[in-house]
Amino acid sequence: MKTDELVTLLATGAEAVELDASSRRHATALGWGAFGATLLMVILLGVRPDIDAAARLPMFWIKLAFPASVTVASLFAAARLSRPGVRLGWVPGALVAPVLAVWLLTVYVLLATPQPERAELIMGRTWEYCLLSVPMLSLPVLVATLWAMKGLAPTRLALAGAAAGLLAGALGALVYALHCPEMEAPFLGVWYVAGMLIPAAAGALLGPIVLRW
Amino acid sequence: MRALLVCGLAGDAAAYHAFLTELSTHLRAFFRRRLSGLPDEVEDLVQETLLAVHNQRHTYDPTQPLTAWVYAIGKYKLVDLLRRRAGRDLRNDPLDEELDVLAHNDAEATAARLDLAKLLLRLPARQRLPIVCMKLEGMSVVEAARVTGMSESAVKVGVHRGLKALAAMIRTRR
Repeated sequence: MKTDELVTLLATGAEAVELDASSRRHATALGWGAFGATLLMVILLGVRPDIDAAARLPMFWIKLAFPASVTVASLFAAARLSRPGVRLGWVPGALVAPVLAVWLLTVYVLLATPQPERAELIMGRTWEYCLLSVPMLSLPVLVATLWAMKGLAPTRLALAGAAAGLLAGALGALVYALHCPEMEAPFLGVWYVAGMLIPAAAGALLGPIVLRW
Repeated sequence: MRALLVCGLAGDAAAYHAFLTELSTHLRAFFRRRLSGLPDEVEDLVQETLLAVHNQRHTYDPTQPLTAWVYAIGKYKLVDLLRRRAGRDLRNDPLDEELDVLAHNDAEATAARLDLAKLLLRLPARQRLPIVCMKLEGMSVVEAARVTGMSESAVKVGVHRGLKALAAMIRTRR
């Protein structure tokens, strides 16, 4: 088939295209993914029993705000990386800022704590659960976001996969925060960050395999 | 050119045709400069990229510079081709030089070796028939649905999935 014949084939009967298809696809993926993560959390882990009391403490809201802001920033990253030729712009900065803020808080809390008690603040009592649960809860969003990207056109596949993984990890951490009893910034700064990075790394490895088009 | 695409995305098939025609000349020049050692691949890659642009046209944001979007797709397809060839050439090492010699004998340099019409025949009927009716015979969705006995939405889905399957076939066939 000659190229002008192909052009005619493609153009014949070409109908209007929905220009918000990209954002709607990501919104659908995020909606189902968040639903799946919440369902997994409620069934397998359960909401922390003392959530009423915890919700009165500022640290509870910091613990939610941290993964929430990473979720929003990585959603922008995933959306931009799904379209050819769109620059990331301010997005990497928005991803790093909440992590830096939590690390600053971590340093502040550690400096205000006597040396012998610092290790306990970092390790908490549940770090192994955090490290397993956040990636586990991230799975629905990871699958859904990779599906969304598959229908769009990412051109930097590892980076796009990493953004999908980070979005999944951040949302997984947000949902996990409703279960997790830890209330110290150093715990967030180490284990929440690590928990979010595991799915991000998985996404970076999966991207070049599953996102090709 | 951007205005043509924007009209095309709004459903103006004539504008879209003009856009694709002009785009193909730009793509040809772009790939020819970058594939100077592989002139036989140029036209195939132009066709593969046109199909990709068409299949992913919903990812264009009208506020975005058209050049950036087209360049990113063209570069992606070019790198994809070179990567696939690198993998294949590694497996067929002894043939390497011989292939290079043949590559410069380019009486057919402007013709695509890729026969999309033949690939089209390998699609399942539920995708092939809607494409033949709508894209080759120029029927409307309603007419194509009547002729094929499929529902209107099945016709639309068939065209959409068929063109995606065609793009996938080109990739795996190389």
